[in-house]
Amino acid sequence: MTDAVLAVDSMFLVAITGMTLVTYAMRAGGYWIMGRIPLTPRIRRALEALPGAIIVSTILPIALKGGVPVMLSLVISAAFMAWIRKEVVAVAFAVAAVAAMRAYGF
Amino acid sequence: MTEQRISLTTGGCVRGALLCLPILPGVIAFGAAFGTVAAQKGLTFAETLLINSFVYAGASQFVAMEVYGDPLTWAGVLAMIGVTAAVNMRMLLIGASLRPWLGQVPGIRTYPALFLLTDINWLLTLRQYNEGERDWGIYLGSGIFTWTVWSLSVMPGYFLGSLVSDPKMWGLDVIMPAFFIALLVPLWKGRRQTVSWAVAGGVAIATWYFFGGYWGILTGAVSGAIAGAYLDD
Repeated sequence: MTDAVLAVDSMFLVAITGMTLVTYAMRAGGYWIMGRIPLTPRIRRALEALPGAIIVSTILPIALKGGVPVMLSLVISAAFMAWIRKEVVAVAFAVAAVAAMRAYGF
Repeated sequence: MTEQRISLTTGGCVRGALLCLPILPGVIAFGAAFGTVAAQKGLTFAETLLINSFVYAGASQFVAMEVYGDPLTWAGVLAMIGVTAAVNMRMLLIGASLRPWLGQVPGIRTYPALFLLTDINWLLTLRQYNEGERDWGIYLGSGIFTWTVWSLSVMPGYFLGSLVSDPKMWGLDVIMPAFFIALLVPLWKGRRQTVSWAVAGGVAIATWYFFGGYWGILTGAVSGAIAGAYLDD
């Protein structure tokens, strides 16, 4: 590979194109399929349940990997959200809490 | 039941952009970190900008850099595309859940806009919809804004190294998950959510434990949705 700042390797360009296309296919694919499936009450319920299920499935492994400080800070975020209903506040307290816990060596 | 018409206004776009502000530090730190990794791996500046702005999916870009090697072979290219597909599989589900919201908007507008789909603007859009918002500028504005910030944040990271020496010390790594869990709270309505989330979480953890990687998002989310579909109040 050349060192010029603006040089682009042709194989790398192939990789970028493939990655972009495959990612777009996923971004648009799920949306496209749902336009072709009749929105029965069951499907509607599944779609309603989907966002929460995605969030839970994304967060739990992160929490487990992050250990006690991350888990506690996520609990703090949820608690502040339930109490004040402002996500800015919830995120701010969660970040401050995890930074403080790490500073004290947890 | 008649659905309210979906509209698109500049005001909606601005509101959408403003809603991104709480997670902005997280986006910048993540984008800068990618710039640093790209520089370490020997990508040119132009290559870094291209991959970052076109693929526009942070976690998958990092994983693709793990399998990247110079010189890049066909096997390497396929590996990069393959891991990108695996990490971004969840976008199928995220997009599906937006159908009831954006379905009324003509495809000639939604399909280009879906390029901007990320967890962030998906989550913001969904939350606003549940609260009665019917201006899809929320989606578009937050998407354009996040994409712009993401595209710019890679530059200082590429040239200067990470903006902060240890993002974990400042807790920057929990901004995204904390934001996610904050937006989960208003989605809770009762027993149906409790059960479907428990199913999702159980399956996701089991999948992650046995197979690792990102498959747990997919299996957990699908199981949770199926549980939600068959739970009658």
